[in-house]
Amino acid sequence: MTFVRPVFRHPESPKNALGYTKKFYEGALSTLCAGCGHDSVSGAIIQACFEMAVEPHKVAKLSGIGCSSKTPTYFLANSHGFNSVHGRMPSVATGAYLANRDLMYIGVSGDGDSASIGMGQFVHAIRRNLNITYIIMNNGCYGLTKGQDSATADFGSINKSGAANLYQAIDMVGLALELGATFVARSFSGDKDQLIPLIKAGMSHPGFALIDVVSPCVTFNNNVGSTKSYDYTREHIEATAAVDFVPIMEEITTEYAEGDTVAVQLHDGSTIHLNKLAPDFNPRDRHSAVSKLYQAKASGEILTGLIYIEPETRDLHSLLNTTSLPLNTLEKEVLCPGQQVLDNINASLR
Amino acid sequence: MLNDFVIRFANVNGTGSASANDMFAKAIFRMGIPVSPKNIFPSNIQGLPTWYEVRVSEKGYLGRREGIDIMVSVNPQSMPKDIANVKSGGYFIYDSTKELYKDFIRDDIHYLGIPMMQMCMDKFADPRQRQLLKNMIYVGALSALLDIEIEVLQGIIQQKFKGKEKLVTANYEAMEMGRQYAQEHFTCPFPEHRVARRDLVNDWIMMDGNSACGLGAVYAGATVLSWYPITPSTSLADAFGKYAKKYRIDPETGQNNFAIVQAEDELAAIGMVIGANWNGARSFTATSGPGVSLMSEFLGLAYFAEIPTVLVDVQRGGPSTGMPTRTQQSDLLIAAYASHGDTKQVLLFPSTPAECFSMMGEAFDLAERLQTPVLVMTDLDLGMNENMSPPLKWDQSKPYDRGKVFNAEQLEQMTERFGRYLDVDGDGIPYRTIPGTHPTKGSFFTRGTSRDEYAVYTEEGPAYVRNMDRLVKKWETAKQYVPGPELYQREKQSAFGMLFFGTTTYAANEARDLLTEQGITLDCMRVKAFPFSQEVQQFIDNHQRVFIVEQNRDAQFKSLIVNELAINPAKLTSILNYDGFPITADVIRQKIYEQLVGKLKPPFAEHEPGEPSESEVSE
Repeated sequence: MTFVRPVFRHPESPKNALGYTKKFYEGALSTLCAGCGHDSVSGAIIQACFEMAVEPHKVAKLSGIGCSSKTPTYFLANSHGFNSVHGRMPSVATGAYLANRDLMYIGVSGDGDSASIGMGQFVHAIRRNLNITYIIMNNGCYGLTKGQDSATADFGSINKSGAANLYQAIDMVGLALELGATFVARSFSGDKDQLIPLIKAGMSHPGFALIDVVSPCVTFNNNVGSTKSYDYTREHIEATAAVDFVPIMEEITTEYAEGDTVAVQLHDGSTIHLNKLAPDFNPRDRHSAVSKLYQAKASGEILTGLIYIEPETRDLHSLLNTTSLPLNTLEKEVLCPGQQVLDNINASLR
Repeated sequence: MLNDFVIRFANVNGTGSASANDMFAKAIFRMGIPVSPKNIFPSNIQGLPTWYEVRVSEKGYLGRREGIDIMVSVNPQSMPKDIANVKSGGYFIYDSTKELYKDFIRDDIHYLGIPMMQMCMDKFADPRQRQLLKNMIYVGALSALLDIEIEVLQGIIQQKFKGKEKLVTANYEAMEMGRQYAQEHFTCPFPEHRVARRDLVNDWIMMDGNSACGLGAVYAGATVLSWYPITPSTSLADAFGKYAKKYRIDPETGQNNFAIVQAEDELAAIGMVIGANWNGARSFTATSGPGVSLMSEFLGLAYFAEIPTVLVDVQRGGPSTGMPTRTQQSDLLIAAYASHGDTKQVLLFPSTPAECFSMMGEAFDLAERLQTPVLVMTDLDLGMNENMSPPLKWDQSKPYDRGKVFNAEQLEQMTERFGRYLDVDGDGIPYRTIPGTHPTKGSFFTRGTSRDEYAVYTEEGPAYVRNMDRLVKKWETAKQYVPGPELYQREKQSAFGMLFFGTTTYAANEARDLLTEQGITLDCMRVKAFPFSQEVQQFIDNHQRVFIVEQNRDAQFKSLIVNELAINPAKLTSILNYDGFPITADVIRQKIYEQLVGKLKPPFAEHEPGEPSESEVSE
């Protein structure tokens, strides 16, 4: 257990545009290990939803199986949640999204869930451009089963038992870029300043938004020699830019120095400001993103930030030309062709 | 005999024979004579032998009958086997463009050679046309040999090629050539076999079960289909798409009031179905045995987390890849107890296209009423053949049963805490809420892990047991909702009973009549659903001995009966058929007769060499 949360809250806690305090966005107490990176990511989701003033009951939170997949219990108590089957959250989320396009979907997964058992579903959700904010809490190991290496563990990374990983790592960011994902970001659970605006931007993106978050496992993969430890990640992080997210309703007040800033307008009118942008990098150019990712990899750095975005994109419903009404609201009068049609069909089969 | 024979067409896959053969069967149907065509096709796109078998039965028997009276052979590849399969005294019609090999001559059958290829070469220039219209030559010849009304065939051609006058003319010509050739060279019609107009098909239709299921899903209000291609269920998904495009596109916006996703595999297909149903849309998938194996884990989730789910299993020969293009009823056990742990799944057993259609409606109502998976168990024989069927019926006045779902208003007025898995009504069925309904009430966490009545994770033994016991109570409740069995007699007439389901019904009905002729009366019951209702128990209790007819090796239906009911297994005798061909009445008759009277002298049923017939009795 991480902590005991105080029941008392400041009576004048700030309220968001809907009049809710942050408490309204919290969930049950976490049962993860004290210091687990995942709890920080949950905190960032809560903060992002609070700041964005989303209606919690208009959010559906889905996950697979694993430590990371437990976290939807720990945020947005007023949202429906679905802790599905190991590696199969993308399909459940796809079905849910097909049924109701008006909800906001947050998918939480882990490296075991998405890079191994659920690789097939992860890949195809990207291919279909499912409108979801897909957060991978990536710690390079299987926590619930006591620390086995996962498929995202780097080659040669030393696990807690002292063994070096024999295999190449699967880079979920590189994979998503290759697959044509329309929003690709990487962050670190210890960098809320970067993570919160990325989650906000991901939620505003009208397609598949991958946020691969390095989220260290304090119990099984935080040792010296691990490339997914807190220390290693802090030492090797290379941000593409500082990220700031400005929702559509807010006036832009911050002054940005010219030259090193890119403002990306999202589909819904909100803006992501990327400050202190790395030179020779354009997040709207997939080629540039891939090249930047490889450069960072070659120099042993972990590239974070918004790596690629395609703001104008067609999501699954758009591709399928589905009605703008949620399918789960259609009534029998619309759905059932009726007796006359059936009489005609019967006649045609004689 | 008049209106009573079996004709088989031996064709090459991918040569357009299916269309001509369908016309042949449809013509007999339109003459008011009961007919049952069956495709016997390979797992292949082009080149391998394929057969089409039509049984014509004045008495209205629609099951397969062994023994081929007339063979139409246009496939030299399978010719030796095809000749061997003709009943003694039967007819072998073949393409005589090349002379028949002497070794193929049997002295107990008639050979009718028609130079079909040569006639086509002389008449038509286009190579593809030559191939396609060859089929119409034998249809024309058959019209003379069997006395099929030519106007009926012409009407079918006109309807089929409406707006393509050139094709109508070419088909007419080819048919006429064949007809004339037969009239000039053979005695027409056959003295033994011919058809004569009757009024025996009433308002019935001809339709394949997969199309009926697809249309049923449209009528039932399904909005999301997710599926993965697999024989023999693919045409079901295609049919849903076809009908949805016709009846579910908003006329004003041009947008679809449905969504179809071809998933990356069966796991994803069922995952999407569960996600959509969880979110309040009616959603389903169609698959076959291998797909059910892959979907098992998710079916366990849907059972345990109580999410409505509809799955159509068009069964084929198993295990493993098995016989992908042959029929069986061999997924019963994996479907009934799909997934690890203690699970029980609701099954429906349609036996006609009309039932495929109506049971899709029942499946969605049951799935939402019971908040659990419902598996519609059809098979290749029903799904992929044009079966004669009563017309499709739909009660338009009956609303969809969306089950126990709290809406925003109900939640608003609720003063107590919402318990997703709370047995409020004492029937084991809890209330659910759909995401997005109410800002502060009714949200819960769906999970495959154990939970208490309020959907909160728990590993407490008593809470887990309470939940598992409630699921059993729900199972008991399900027995009141699922369709009851069909009894074939008002009062008990015999100490012996026969129990069957699904496509076995056709042959079982006929076997019952055949046995009656031999002095053996059987009481019959057709089961339409699992869990079994009390009537099934009573039927078995009331009879000294009950024959259970099914199409698998391991007597899976009998296992279900023994497992679920308080029955002494010794009084149950299985009649099994699992060679991939639909069971025949002769097999059932023979086996039951042997059991009750003793061995008859062979040949009772005509055995076809070259095709395995692995029917046997086990107790």
